[in-house]
Amino acid sequence: MAPLEHAVSCQNVTVRFVTEERAVTALEDVSFTVPAGGFLTLLGPSGCGKSTLLRVVADLITPSSGTVEVLGKTAEQARLDRSLGFVFQDAALLPWRTALENVALPLEVGGGLKPDSRFTSPRDLLALVGLSGWEQSYPHQLSGGMRQRVAIARALLGGPRLLLMDEPFGALDEMTRDRLNEELRRIWAETGTSILFVTHSVYEAAYLGEQVLVLSPNPGRVVQQVTVDLPRERSLALRDTPHFVEIAAALRAMLGKVTP
Amino acid sequence: MSQSVNPSASSALSGLSADEMAFAQARQKARLRRRIMPVLGVASVLLLWAALVYWLKVPPFIAPSPQMVAVTLWEKSGLLWTNLVPTMIESVAGFLLGNLAAIVIATVFVHKKTLEEAFFPVVVVINTIPVVAKAPILVLLLGNGMEPKIAIAALICFFPTLVNMVRGLESVNPQAMELMRVLSASKREVFFKLRLPHSLPYLFSALKIAASTAVIGAIVGEWIGSTLGIGALIIQATYAFDSALLYATVIVGSCFSMSFFLLISLLERLALRQTALPNS
Repeated sequence: MAPLEHAVSCQNVTVRFVTEERAVTALEDVSFTVPAGGFLTLLGPSGCGKSTLLRVVADLITPSSGTVEVLGKTAEQARLDRSLGFVFQDAALLPWRTALENVALPLEVGGGLKPDSRFTSPRDLLALVGLSGWEQSYPHQLSGGMRQRVAIARALLGGPRLLLMDEPFGALDEMTRDRLNEELRRIWAETGTSILFVTHSVYEAAYLGEQVLVLSPNPGRVVQQVTVDLPRERSLALRDTPHFVEIAAALRAMLGKVTP
Repeated sequence: MSQSVNPSASSALSGLSADEMAFAQARQKARLRRRIMPVLGVASVLLLWAALVYWLKVPPFIAPSPQMVAVTLWEKSGLLWTNLVPTMIESVAGFLLGNLAAIVIATVFVHKKTLEEAFFPVVVVINTIPVVAKAPILVLLLGNGMEPKIAIAALICFFPTLVNMVRGLESVNPQAMELMRVLSASKREVFFKLRLPHSLPYLFSALKIAASTAVIGAIVGEWIGSTLGIGALIIQATYAFDSALLYATVIVGSCFSMSFFLLISLLERLALRQTALPNS
């Protein structure tokens, strides 16, 4: 098998919704790629369809037109092969299951894991996200940040080659968010999973992403795909360097042009 | 007896424990108060009742004294028990039947939206007919045995459980539903792993209502046509102006209804022990 060039490749994707009152174009003619093993952040104001785009890649929404290729397959096939993990805005844990049981959910549904899966141990994954010792806790006993860690561990079960994250740290306080950003970089480096990450925070987009895809709203269009010129090893202190501030300012200027 | 080995540590400990003792004592007092107050309340109402009957010289065919009711409960316990048993069977059978039907139909509704759209209004219309109006229809249809009473008890349980169960099954977190789709879960897995456990708190709050309404249903059924049962005994005692027996029967009936409710609450606690209730 030839090595994959792109983890995700979207060409001319358009998504239209018909609601009871009117038809809405959420995305118009969006094309972008995520290199294999890459980390792409989707940045844009609310209403730019970034969550919709993520759901198109996850085969939760079928585009009205355009093609989507995920790991060299159709989005549907990638989903059926358990090639993707999804982390939602709220952790979406099942409150009647312990942290460990929540992480183990993918083992119990949809035919379980594929035979050649990596990361098959829920316990090890909880350790990877820094939650050793919390296995038997229920979601309501965990803090918001811890719940998102459990959700990340659950998404990583089976070792998906693509991780889709929909503003997973949006509801967390800044300190927790910073720490999780740092850890996500570490998890990305350790697991080698490609990540597509939605955010509306300029700092988060620049700090996390190897590349940033800037989107404009109403309807969602690609403004530019920017390569973030930062070292692979990143600490939080990096965000105070002039170079980082410059990158963030450039991204904000791009957003400023598209948001009135 | 504890001996202090390390004076500083022990003083720190005793300082803490004095506070804690005071707290524990205050809490115990509050707890005792919570227990005693309702008992005092009930006792004072009974006393007032006895006093009113005595001073106003209320004749026994209008209202009995509490002592008379107590004596009747004791002396006619055989008669009361014989009449309680059919009511118990009818309400429990009706409870099981009505709730089971509601759970099954709610499951069908959630999976087949068309059926819900077509038949939910029908269910609402049937529910708007008062029980006392439904009862004679069912007696005509099902005869004079236990069947119409079971049917009435079942009908009365059915609606609240159906509504709550549909809500419980449908109100799952949309992101959890998306998660299930990302995991390619089957409809069956979505139901058993997500919808059903999510609906349990909703189901149990309906079951607790049903536990008391099922007994009402059975008693109302017995009013219409029956010679045995709490409902029948209420009618007989009323027509015989045997107020003591009437009150005793009512007490027996409500004791049963209360125990039924408590049993369901206990089951709820066992079933939802580990779950954070949606409102908590």
